[in-house]
Amino acid sequence: MSAPNDVLVTGIGLVSSLGEGLDAHWHAMAETGARPHPAETGKFKPFPVFPMVPLELDKQIPRRADIRQMETWQRLGTYTAGLALDDAGLTGDAERLARMDMVVAAGGGERDLDVDGQILAGLETAAEPASFLNEHLANDLRPTLFLAQLSNLLAGNISIVHKVTGSSRTFMGEEIAGISAVEVAARRISAGQGELFLVGAAYNAERKDMLLSLAMGRTLWQGEPATVWERGAAAEGGMITGSAGAFLVLESRAHAEARGKSAYAKLSSVLSGRSRRGPGDAAKVARKQFDELSAQFGPTPPGVLSGANGIAAATAEERALWDALVAEGKVGGVRATQTLIGNAIEAAFPVQVALAALAIARHGFYLPTDGSGIELPAATPAQILATSWGFWRGEGMALVEAAD
Amino acid sequence: MAMAKTRDHLGRPVVAVTGMGVVSSLGQGIDDNWAALTAGKSGIHRITRFPTLHMRTTIAGTVDFLYPDEVRSPVLSERLAHLAAAEAVEQSGIGAPGDFPGMLFMAVPPVEIEWPARRDFFAGTDPEAGDAYDRMIQRVLSLNDPDTYEFALYGCVADRTADHFGTRGAPISLSTACASGASAIQLGVEAIRRGDTEAALVVGTDGSVRIEGLVRFSLLSALSTSNDDPEKASRPFSRDRDGFVMAEGAGALVLEDYDAARARGANILGVIRGIAEKADDFHRTRSKPDGSPVIAAIQQALDDGGVSTADVDYINAHGTGTPENDKMEAMSLEAVFGEALKGIPISSNKSMIGHTLTAAGAIEAVFSLKTIAEGLIPPTINYHNPDPAIPLDVVPNVARAQPVSMVLSNSFGFGGQNACLLIAAEPA
Repeated sequence: MSAPNDVLVTGIGLVSSLGEGLDAHWHAMAETGARPHPAETGKFKPFPVFPMVPLELDKQIPRRADIRQMETWQRLGTYTAGLALDDAGLTGDAERLARMDMVVAAGGGERDLDVDGQILAGLETAAEPASFLNEHLANDLRPTLFLAQLSNLLAGNISIVHKVTGSSRTFMGEEIAGISAVEVAARRISAGQGELFLVGAAYNAERKDMLLSLAMGRTLWQGEPATVWERGAAAEGGMITGSAGAFLVLESRAHAEARGKSAYAKLSSVLSGRSRRGPGDAAKVARKQFDELSAQFGPTPPGVLSGANGIAAATAEERALWDALVAEGKVGGVRATQTLIGNAIEAAFPVQVALAALAIARHGFYLPTDGSGIELPAATPAQILATSWGFWRGEGMALVEAAD
Repeated sequence: MAMAKTRDHLGRPVVAVTGMGVVSSLGQGIDDNWAALTAGKSGIHRITRFPTLHMRTTIAGTVDFLYPDEVRSPVLSERLAHLAAAEAVEQSGIGAPGDFPGMLFMAVPPVEIEWPARRDFFAGTDPEAGDAYDRMIQRVLSLNDPDTYEFALYGCVADRTADHFGTRGAPISLSTACASGASAIQLGVEAIRRGDTEAALVVGTDGSVRIEGLVRFSLLSALSTSNDDPEKASRPFSRDRDGFVMAEGAGALVLEDYDAARARGANILGVIRGIAEKADDFHRTRSKPDGSPVIAAIQQALDDGGVSTADVDYINAHGTGTPENDKMEAMSLEAVFGEALKGIPISSNKSMIGHTLTAAGAIEAVFSLKTIAEGLIPPTINYHNPDPAIPLDVVPNVARAQPVSMVLSNSFGFGGQNACLLIAAEPA
């Protein structure tokens, strides 16, 4: 069944520790099942982090002045957005870019760690701490740092560098921001409230300021990397954060056909939900989403790209859900992508949808990366469920399938 | 026979406002705010929350009556949102306490660990443990402080608000800088027009006046430095305007499908007739010199609402009081409205409450609806030295009794954010 307002994925930009672009991700996840570069286990001790591969930023952000005005997460995002626009054949298409709507999921707040460190040290011995703090903030902060911190300035930089100038909205709130961003864009296309969207996010995991916030909640895995399911089965478990950028060009079928653009896949549904995360709450939300989507399932069970993050309680709950559905024959292969990519927080769900669309387009699936019994060899799925459960809250699920 | 469905000029459901609430430096609740606003009273004062030594700006429109001592920004932002939303929900009479039958769209300021917490984490750590952040990380791993953790999450304020009011689904936290409040309303309007929900709670809140935020805006030369007489510092459209004044507050609206609101016998305060947004690709903090993105946003709002410039009888300006904003806003309005602009009253609430940043668009939407309901236009105060380059009727200094049925409300923000709302009296 196809309709003119179907939501198609017609462009993907993807960068992570696995590499740049779709081929690099396909190679690591579908052909070798291994990380091509080692995890960073020294710089951010006790936490392992999956670091971004080196990027030639000027390929997508030609002006040095623009690069200078951004912090790393904005550079990653602006770069990845450029890849997605290139991939969709929209780069330089002034007319379409001027009416392209944008929904970005962002954190922000990247800090100048040296300035913070100097001020904290100085405060310990300052005779008048309040006066010392004020004086040093006023003198030591770079005037442009604020713009590199503001959440909506990733979208702002994408407008400036790539000329995407329809509406521009930035959602916040960790993983749920990425889920809502994709969901709202898809719902708007389905309802005729726009026909061409750029949606995505970027996360720079190589930041001690961010690790500090996450450490407060005891959410992070320590020591040598382990698979998502292994981490989820160990004491408190923990997530490994990974740098990543993921942007999608979403387009109505009518709009894509009118410009002769083929699609990777159809984004048939996106559902967001939220529970208070009492025992069983998140699984209940996810099960409801699964049941709602199951009306659209074909004759063979869908594959699952799980966004489980390795934090014990939620990971065990999600695993039990999939184990049961596998046993009932209602889902096919299950793969937890964060084993190789890590949690890219706001970008986690856009990464999931990108990987689902890629697998559909390549008529294949990803290799198991865990030996604990949940990731079994599986037939190539015709439909893929992509999930994301936030490390704090928020549960999302998307159904991705062939465009025609 | 089913009742005919009410549709707008494009065949979409009509979006009604059935409840509203507000908190600002002028007070808590619509009645107190409206009385002060129409009396031309300023809420701007000297900052007492934290020491302002070495600061070029020492004034703000902080909300100081809720907490006697400095609290974390998200704690204040949540409290402000809570009060405004409770007032809106109560007025609308929708749902039951803790059971709001619709979605939550929330404009919230970006979150970060603040200096008092950072200092606590650093104090007494081991200098051998590495750099300042290594030391703090080591410390927080041994602290078990879920409260501090929770309030350092970007989604926290909306999540807690959703918990309290019992809204449906995953709440949306958004930031489009100083256009955020308007963006939240737009998202709610779109969801109702799509039929995704029959009701939406939309909130813009900002309780983030802290030392570093003050420094940041100050370093961009955006703030007024007229510290001597705080109440006269915010001077939109004046020749001697010298920047905006940071402020705090929250605005909340209950939006509903018009027919659903009528069916339950709700009192309809007005409708959100048109919405529009247009991003600017010129510069991170400055508008394109020809004003084309702002012009496009205004024109699209009129088109979306299916009205002409002649239908607009009041403009609630963004009117920050920065030299650039007010000039750009006036120029863009003139490009759309032409000579007729001189006959349309336009005023800036920010002359009295300051710039409530993330909350501004929502608060100003509340005041726009109140303007329609009361037939009374709040003034632009501190207007004693008109800018000859901006020959507008800014409703100088004194409120004006005049019937209003259609308001254009503008919101612009850093990062090229331009959002416009067209707010109208019932009937749709």
